[in-house]
Amino acid sequence: MQVPAPFVYERATSVQDALALLAKHGPDARLVAGGHSLLPMMKLRFADPAALIDINSIDGLDQISVADGIMTIGAMVTHAQLLASDVVAQHFPMLTEAERVIADPVVRNKGTVGGSLCQADPAEDLSAALGALRASVTTIGSGGSRSIPVRELHDGPYQTVLDENEMVTEVTVPLPSGSSSSAYEKLERRVGDWAIAASGVSVSVADGVISEIGIGLAAVEAPNMVAADAEDAARGQVPSAELIERIGELAAEATDPNTDQRGPADYKRHLAGELTKRALRRALTNAGALTNEGAL
Amino acid sequence: MTTVEESPATDQPDPEGPEVGFGRTLRKEDIRFVRGKGNYLDDVRIPGMLHGAVLRSPIAHGRIVNIDTSAAEAHPKVKAVITGAILETLNLAWAPSLSHDVIAILATDKVRYQGQEVAFVVAEDHYSARDALELIDVEYEILDPVVDARKALEPGAPVIRTDIEDKADNHIFDWESGDADATQAQFDKADVVVTEDLLYPRVHPAPLETCGSVADMDPVDGKLTLWCTTQAPHAHRTVYALVAGLPEHKIRVISPDIGGGFGNKVGIYPGYVLSVVGSIITKKPVKWMENREENLISTSFARDYHMHGEIAATSEGKILGVKVDVLADHGAFNNTAQPTKFPAGFFHVFTGSYDYPAAHCKVTGVYTNKAPGGVAYACSFRVTEAVYLIERMVDRLAQQLGMDPAELRMKNLLQPEQFPYHSPTGWEYDSGNYPAALQMALDMAGYDELRREQAEKRAAYEATGSGDLMGIGISFFTETVGAGPRKHMDILGLGMADGCELRVHPTGKAVVRLSVQTQGQGHETTFAQIVSEVTGIPTADIEVVHGDTDNTPFGLGTYGSRSTPVSGAAAAIASRRVVDKAKIIAATMMEANPDDLEWEQGTWSVKGSPDRSVTIQETAMAAHGPLELPEGVEGQLDASCVYDPPNLTYPFGAYICVADIDSGTGHVKVRRFIAVDDCGPRINPMIVEGQVHGGLADGVGMALMEVIAFDEGGNCLGASFMDYLLPTSMECPSWETGETVTPSPHHPLGVKGVGESATVGSPPAVVNAVVDALAPFGVTDIDMPCTPAQVWRTMQGRRFRSDLAITDD
Ligand SMILES: Cc1cc2nc3c(=O)[nH]c(=O)nc-3n(C[C@H](O)[C@H](O)[C@H](O)COP(=O)(O)OP(=O)(O)OC[C@H]3O[C@@H](n4cnc5c(N)ncnc54)[C@H](O)[C@@H]3O)c2cc1C
Repeated sequence: MQVPAPFVYERATSVQDALALLAKHGPDARLVAGGHSLLPMMKLRFADPAALIDINSIDGLDQISVADGIMTIGAMVTHAQLLASDVVAQHFPMLTEAERVIADPVVRNKGTVGGSLCQADPAEDLSAALGALRASVTTIGSGGSRSIPVRELHDGPYQTVLDENEMVTEVTVPLPSGSSSSAYEKLERRVGDWAIAASGVSVSVADGVISEIGIGLAAVEAPNMVAADAEDAARGQVPSAELIERIGELAAEATDPNTDQRGPADYKRHLAGELTKRALRRALTNAGALTNEGAL
Repeated sequence: MTTVEESPATDQPDPEGPEVGFGRTLRKEDIRFVRGKGNYLDDVRIPGMLHGAVLRSPIAHGRIVNIDTSAAEAHPKVKAVITGAILETLNLAWAPSLSHDVIAILATDKVRYQGQEVAFVVAEDHYSARDALELIDVEYEILDPVVDARKALEPGAPVIRTDIEDKADNHIFDWESGDADATQAQFDKADVVVTEDLLYPRVHPAPLETCGSVADMDPVDGKLTLWCTTQAPHAHRTVYALVAGLPEHKIRVISPDIGGGFGNKVGIYPGYVLSVVGSIITKKPVKWMENREENLISTSFARDYHMHGEIAATSEGKILGVKVDVLADHGAFNNTAQPTKFPAGFFHVFTGSYDYPAAHCKVTGVYTNKAPGGVAYACSFRVTEAVYLIERMVDRLAQQLGMDPAELRMKNLLQPEQFPYHSPTGWEYDSGNYPAALQMALDMAGYDELRREQAEKRAAYEATGSGDLMGIGISFFTETVGAGPRKHMDILGLGMADGCELRVHPTGKAVVRLSVQTQGQGHETTFAQIVSEVTGIPTADIEVVHGDTDNTPFGLGTYGSRSTPVSGAAAAIASRRVVDKAKIIAATMMEANPDDLEWEQGTWSVKGSPDRSVTIQETAMAAHGPLELPEGVEGQLDASCVYDPPNLTYPFGAYICVADIDSGTGHVKVRRFIAVDDCGPRINPMIVEGQVHGGLADGVGMALMEVIAFDEGGNCLGASFMDYLLPTSMECPSWETGETVTPSPHHPLGVKGVGESATVGSPPAVVNAVVDALAPFGVTDIDMPCTPAQVWRTMQGRRFRSDLAITDD
């Protein structure tokens, strides 16, 4: 049995209570949501927080709702909830597809959306997918509430821009306009593994051209986990096989992967391109913008 | 010899099952396992028990300058801190290995691999013991490690075993088998010679239950009770007696339910010894249970064979000879577990299933700064490596000749009339009908149709440059199990014979006591069925006792698929002895001449008058009753046997793998896997299939994802299940199994053992399929594991070393 070092445990009953407990226990206190990133690190003694503030008892953070062209996902919504949600599948097939390949059912039953984003792991699938969808997180801290785009939430691997006494309460995702769809492509060494590389693409098409596009990349060290140049190059373009090739190349160029036991950098860069092309092709097809798929 | 083809097995055991004898019955042990009522090592709790934890080396090679344990000793819950220096005073710092070497129980002079044991803390609870480890301050002088086995013998390589007097290099042994000159003569007249460098990388058996022990040294009567995750309780007890000087009758080793072994639990680990020392020092029971990381980085790994193969043949595809040169990485101590005379295990059975006159192998063992081990993971003492070698070389030859690999195999397979077959490296294969098994596998696969489909897919790929690459891989293996004849085979001087004791109670129920130890194989069912088959006593009425040295006969334990071939034979013979004794009792009961009796499963009756009969149960009661027995016949109904196998048994099989590779990502998907196994008659077909299924999953795992690699500093890169990937059902197809039945002529039941067949036979089938799929790219070989990255790189002719950290090159 792998066992963590000693720590103090507190159960927060409200967001304000959680912030107060964070303040009370100082900089070495950590929030714990699903615990599926934090607890393994503690058991391996890579993380050694002095206190854990459990936010699972706070009411109201586990809802998914849609209003005024925005989907709101509570920070404590679990992977399993997101996966099972029809309204998510309807608006953002990419999220459903990503959830299907995140970890395994045991992890998905406990791991949360807020925890995933705040873990700031460069291989976290939801960071890539929600970044592609231009989602934002809403936070509450000692200085009040603010909204931070997911693309700006991370401050390097395992670091967020959040203050010490600040927590994420929800994620907001703007609903796409026009004909739109999205797709997520992930390659893993084995089911339940983290991505070797993954790419999520969302597109909206209007008047025969791509009106908006988001490309999120996981595990390949793309700045902000997105392929911004590729997005810029695609916006306003007519979907075509050549365009898909070009966007794939640009997505690959956006990456600066680490060589590790999942593969060498050149392979991961190739994958970023290959998976982006596949996701883009499917998203365009599902958005009705590519009818002659066979020719591609 | 007969080969009986049976109808394909159904998927479900018959819940009714046969009450008596062989057949598909539910496993008796599952009654407790499926209820979560197993009793594993970590379930053992004794009043007053303390908890131990091991401090391990963070580095691969370094001199210990100083160990400061004072802060740990000051921890309020710590009861003892043991270092190598303390063990030296007890003469316990080093222990003999299983291969003419020593292992360190706790490092004294140097640490020689990452994860090596440096200190042991005993505390009131597990958490405190782990916390106290962080309070021990060890100062190391870091030394250059030897990580790449291929550089271990280079002049100037750091010398790892400075503890061995005058040791100036990292060489362990050279070992040869076969006839080099005769082999060369064959090569000289060959039309074709193909060579290939093959790597069977280091993998780990990774049993779901890690290793552990609870030691309870009774300070009053001096008796040590050791609950331990061991596959070989009796051998362990004898070793403790010899090494620690404890009297053997004062040691009781209990192996409770074992959550998987696969050879990982054959050897004696420092942690076991440390729990004993901890109990002696604290006069309290001490539990030690390693965590996952500790299991993966420090306990017996498997393989790590760097093989250079050469195969010679005529242009028509008749194999003439095979040469092999092996560099064997044994880690920091030579602690491989195999019969003493065989430093490379049974690797020299590498000539495989084919008929050719000459072969030769040379194996060189080297030390590296890695955990010791090498023989584990259902390898049948390195038959895994041997089968991989020959099956890859045969495919390589087929590729070179442009010949279909099935056809090439058919052309060279041993024929049924050649058995018993004497191989060029000295083995006597007992029985087999190889062409029938291969033909059955080809038929089940629809081989010709698969080749047609492959041709279409290849054409489509050539036209579009995208899509799946399809590969078909064959492997034909001959296993070598049931070690073994005691005059040839021993471990640490203990002959590899095994015992069995059978006692029938007055009411006709029975208890059978075994020297072997199940780790999940279902012995409680299989052995009850063996006794049942021979005696006619219902399987449900037979209790199987094992894993407790105070209550079972001596024997060497379970590994190398030896339980059924060795102890199974002992059980069958003991059962026959009981039946023979029952005959005398029955004759006395019926006032008949024993010669006039005939046996029909469970009943002795007088020939010609079937109404005059007594059951085995009735004889049991009579044997314990007032019946006056003939002169010289003792009462009660029991028998025992110590079985010394006259030869090994040779199960075999033909496997076919169909794989699809995503050409854009290099991802391999095993689409189908056909496995025809011949292990002789099947005692419980469901259990046999379970063993085969598990081994096939092992093969997919090793071929596609499992590896223990090391970085330049000697850091283990497979130290968790996020890094050391075990396959799941998602990576495994629905297995298509078939069987032929060729009994062993020398085993009393004809059975051959099947525990490792599929692990041995399946990896080359998968790799052959991958190489076959990649053949259009000019690929002739790929290193396991065939991860997406390795496949993609191999397609481009830029393979990387899978035993080292992946780099950018
Ligand atoms: C075996 C395994 C496989 C996995 N595979 C994948 C995978 O393939 N893809 C993938 O994307 N993920 C994977 N994960 C990670 C999984 O998705 C985690 O559940 C998730 O990353 C973290 O969510 P959590 O709720 O468990 O967070 P926790 O572990 O509880 O917390 C993670 C971090 O976020 C902080 N935090 C949590 N909630 C908040 C909040 N509301 N506000 C501010 N900070 C907060 C915590 O303080 C902590 O620092 C895997 C995990 C495991 C154990």
